[in-house]
Amino acid sequence: MGAPSDAAPPTGDPTTVVGQPLAHESARLHVAGSAAYIDDLPEPAGTLHIVPGWCRTATRGRILRLDLDVVRATPGVVAVLTAADVPSVNDCSPSVGGDPVFAAQEIRFHGQVVFAVVAETRAIARRAARLAVIEVEAEKPAITVADALDRGTDVLPPYAFSKGDAAAAIAASPHVVSDGFMIGGQEHFYLETQVALAVPGDGDEIRILASTQHPTEVSHIAARALGLPEAAVPCECRRMGGGFGGKESQATQWAVIAALAARLTGRPAKIRLDRDDDMVMTGKRHDFRVDWSAGFDDTGRLIGVEVDFLARCGHSADLSQGVVDRTMFHADNAYDYPAARIATRRLMTDTVSATAFRGFGGPQGMVFAERMIDAIAIRLAKDPLDVRMANYYPDHEAESHGVTPYGQVVDDGILRALTGRLEATSDYRARVAAIDAFNRTSPVLKKGIALTPVKFGISFTLAHLNQAGALVHVYTDGSVSVNHGGTEMGQGLMTKVAQVVAEVFGLPLAGVRVTATATDKVPNTAPTAASSGSDMNGWAARRAAEAIRERLATVAAHLLGGEACDVRFVGGRVRIDARELTFADVVKQAHFARVPLSATGFYATPGITWDRVAGHGRPFFYFAYGAACSEVVIDTFTGEMRLTRADILHDAGRSLNPAIDIGQIEGAFVQGMGWVTAEELVWDDKGRLLTHAPSTYKIPTAHDVPEDFHVALWEGEARVDTIHRSKAVGEPPFMLAISVHSAILRALASLAPGHLPPLDLPATPEAILKAVRAMRHPETAP
Amino acid sequence: MRRSIRYLSQGRVIEVADFDPTTTLLDHLRLARRRTGTKEGCNEGDCGACTVALGRLVDGRLVYEPVTACIRLLGTVDGCEVVTVEDLAEGGRLHPIQRALVDRHGSQCGFCTPGIVMSLFTLYAAPGPVDRAAVLDRLSGNLCRCTGYRPIVDAALEACAARPDDRPDDLFAAAAAETRLALAALDDGEEVFVGDEDRFFAAPRRLDTLDHILAACPDATLVAGATDVGLWITKAGRDLPRLIHLGHLDGLDRVEERDDEIVLGATVTLEEAGRILGRLDPDIAHLFRRIAGAQVRASGTLGGNIANGSPIGDTPPLLIALDASIELVRPGHVRRLPLEDFFIAYGRQDRAHDEILTRIFVPRPRPNHALRVFKIAKRHDQDISGLLGAVRLTLDGHAIAAARLAFGGMAATPKRAMGAETALVGASIADPASWRPALDALRADFTPLSDLRASADYRTEAAVGLVGKALVEIAGTPTTRTRIAGSREEASHGRAL
Repeated sequence: MGAPSDAAPPTGDPTTVVGQPLAHESARLHVAGSAAYIDDLPEPAGTLHIVPGWCRTATRGRILRLDLDVVRATPGVVAVLTAADVPSVNDCSPSVGGDPVFAAQEIRFHGQVVFAVVAETRAIARRAARLAVIEVEAEKPAITVADALDRGTDVLPPYAFSKGDAAAAIAASPHVVSDGFMIGGQEHFYLETQVALAVPGDGDEIRILASTQHPTEVSHIAARALGLPEAAVPCECRRMGGGFGGKESQATQWAVIAALAARLTGRPAKIRLDRDDDMVMTGKRHDFRVDWSAGFDDTGRLIGVEVDFLARCGHSADLSQGVVDRTMFHADNAYDYPAARIATRRLMTDTVSATAFRGFGGPQGMVFAERMIDAIAIRLAKDPLDVRMANYYPDHEAESHGVTPYGQVVDDGILRALTGRLEATSDYRARVAAIDAFNRTSPVLKKGIALTPVKFGISFTLAHLNQAGALVHVYTDGSVSVNHGGTEMGQGLMTKVAQVVAEVFGLPLAGVRVTATATDKVPNTAPTAASSGSDMNGWAARRAAEAIRERLATVAAHLLGGEACDVRFVGGRVRIDARELTFADVVKQAHFARVPLSATGFYATPGITWDRVAGHGRPFFYFAYGAACSEVVIDTFTGEMRLTRADILHDAGRSLNPAIDIGQIEGAFVQGMGWVTAEELVWDDKGRLLTHAPSTYKIPTAHDVPEDFHVALWEGEARVDTIHRSKAVGEPPFMLAISVHSAILRALASLAPGHLPPLDLPATPEAILKAVRAMRHPETAP
Repeated sequence: MRRSIRYLSQGRVIEVADFDPTTTLLDHLRLARRRTGTKEGCNEGDCGACTVALGRLVDGRLVYEPVTACIRLLGTVDGCEVVTVEDLAEGGRLHPIQRALVDRHGSQCGFCTPGIVMSLFTLYAAPGPVDRAAVLDRLSGNLCRCTGYRPIVDAALEACAARPDDRPDDLFAAAAAETRLALAALDDGEEVFVGDEDRFFAAPRRLDTLDHILAACPDATLVAGATDVGLWITKAGRDLPRLIHLGHLDGLDRVEERDDEIVLGATVTLEEAGRILGRLDPDIAHLFRRIAGAQVRASGTLGGNIANGSPIGDTPPLLIALDASIELVRPGHVRRLPLEDFFIAYGRQDRAHDEILTRIFVPRPRPNHALRVFKIAKRHDQDISGLLGAVRLTLDGHAIAAARLAFGGMAATPKRAMGAETALVGASIADPASWRPALDALRADFTPLSDLRASADYRTEAAVGLVGKALVEIAGTPTTRTRIAGSREEASHGRAL
């Protein structure tokens, strides 16, 4: 699929390894069961097992009594850890504090860890952990957004930014729509639960193996808790069995507990959470209430937008500043708002602290934008795609560019062209007509279709995180290893970075070995998050490899005769014109010539600024784009729904690895489909999470994915100097699934034209049937 | 009496004499044998990461079935071949399923992959053509959070399509004759008793042995597939020191197809029951397909689904609508009762502690019966019902002569909607206006609960919706126009259920 108009700035040389659809570096190990996750590694002799303990009967209140005598007396129990055992700082917050490793005076949510049992076997620890007696002076908890508003508590101050005078713009508009709706949270459901192994070393040293997206933070916080220098508590991660944001800040606590147990017992200590404990104790995607008003003209062109995002953040701040800020940054999605006021509350509830999850707040912002567009289309009886196109930011080749509500010029737009392409390949218009005809004659089933865009900003909005380091070694036999700050959670980062390094040396991918992320190899790393993994670590690794290649080129020029600038590294050979040596020979000669064969590389994302106080800047290096067209059928008797077809066209720039990128797109879309449809987190009125296992929390299965599923990469390239002109792809396609929700909305809207169906997220059968009933009595619908 | 269990692994007999009755197959593999390719994802049989294949002889044929090792009790694999992900590759050569998953980019984080490999291995190992519906069915109990499944489904189709004459072509097929002999040799007819009277795992062959153990240990736990009891251990943390496995009882897995009824032994698996009862009606086949993932269906039994008395078990409403009855046996006494009378109250069934549910009698539908079965859940596959409704009308021309409307999830037990049934009698299937009293009566038949699966209000409305749908369909509307999945027309054309 081409984009002839997408003429970009000049790019690098053609590549041979980069850009190939190569298999994941661990694929053969995955299928053979020989890829080792932390719980699979041979346990060091004497390894102890840890199970966290909590108060099953209370949600919030002062701890009156903590009786662990029976736990301690259980045969096989070696130690029971509480807050009093933490030598230094009893906190594992990634931000402003408030996340104790062990709750000390009070409990802040149902599931908060109070103690941990350390025992000879996991079975013993599990049994003993249930024997504690914890009495709490129970207070009435605040669970919902409404509860938190009543109580008036926030984890962080309210924050807003604006463009123009939105209220005045709306007041002067010929049409106004106002609405409020709820967006549910989401459990990560990484298949591998949280796990860490801490092994005592020399003196006070402790080495932590953790399933974490942020080894540096694990090392930093564990060291702080133990009162040790960070250099004494290195953290390592070879791979995670899934992350999705759920092992960014949420992996730390378990690693700290393992390190503490190792420190206090002098023995290796492993913690692996039971699935139910994991789901109860670790944070999830933020859920929201959204209240909004929009003014627009007869054509559906927006005039002014006002929106309030009320985020349920849980008991502590965790990453809520960045998450909810990103909601604000994506409240425009692809649409040029002439005037906007985007406001947020970050509400404190007595529930587990909400955290990072693929999209990091962006999806909630975009859901609002798409619902608003759908509402306008319904009001004006227009096709929603026409209203979308009427409000898009101009593409990059336009004479003038749009400006986001936070002041960033959108100068790399491609959505008009991309949407046009998808509109044609998905046969959108003909299907709309066919669906309308179907719905007129179908009393039970109703169909809906929606084509929605994604524009997602790439960079951490916390500026200092936009840096990466790498370490490349070349060994005298010509083998190469690469290490960098990014972590592998299945997204193929290690494969992509190895491709980049192999390209530099002209080696096949198999010539480059990836190694476990470790803070004692590359320190002070950013989390692998914000889709930035390959952008940043790819560049850092490339720079390290290029530093070595330059030295090798000098050696080769000397050996072959010629200039270093004429040396080429291709196909495992090093050549000048027709004269050549093997890569291994040049390496060996370089070693004899005492040339260093190891180098570090560093990268800091250029050109980004963000003044949060002013609410203005260029927080994103660039935007990633995509669009999806989804068709659904709903059952108006039962509320059941099925996605029958999905077409996706997504922009991964000049893809580093099309197979991996398509895998990211498909996986993100299906995960997003789960979020907008079946994945429902249910808390009872006492604040207990009722959906804490896969028996009660339903992520998509193979059956939920349509056979008619077409995914293509947009053929373009990044307009800024990203690694080989590729674009970040981890998060953006998640939001393509909003098309599924819009399609359901459209199917419902067919029941009473002109009325906006009152449909929240997720659109479970119950939510859909409720909306059906409201639409059957449209006098009560908004 | 044998004091150990024995299973086959990589052609060798593994004998285990010293194990706790509550030991799961997964813990045995990962902790005792340090075979860590098989993963623990949820410890409740719902994610499939721990899937292994059990090989056994069925009428002399070697059959591989997927099971979730996390809730399968070690003792219950006595006499089986246990195949794990480590066993598939031959030397360095990947199994065709493994190869296809690599080629098609079917793994990302890789944690679910061993379970998916094993589920697909069992699909590959069964002769016959494999279509997309068969792949989806075999993956119904495997969760993947990374890929979106598309490349996994493609890999499965590709690997199975490449089998010569739709027959497996791997080292297991090559060794099948040997494996059959080895399994036959393991089947020594012995009863198993491991442990002592305080803690034991027993697998009797004869009912009188079972009676004898039960008489000595009235508090012993009866277990068949362990798809529920397994969770008491892994999730509720209950200690079940005395376990009696029913899976080896002679004749309890027998199926008898009589002219007027089908008689199923209580330990017939849900998979097998679905295969047999599914022939009666496409809705029955579709329901069994949705009862649980393939692994749970392969372990769980029809008797277990009834005897545990859950208000949301999926087979009781269907069986009640079909007017099924059950047989209960205790020493010196056999009785038969209508299934609906078995369920007394929440958690209470009409079964004495020494009584065993032995057989289920399912009357064949008559030509003037019209059956419809609907399961409502948040997810199509491997989900517990929010509600389930089964409707059987007896028609006399257009007139509804009798109606049985049975529901799960609407009350503390599986229960009939007596008011609606009464109101339907005499109504005409051709006259929608005549249905109205029944639909109104249905609202009064139940006062369901609100829980995490559905609110009371939704349950009531959806129950009305699905009875309405049944009537609309029986009146003649094609089910392609009334259902988002599982149309009867497609099923009768041999298409995807």
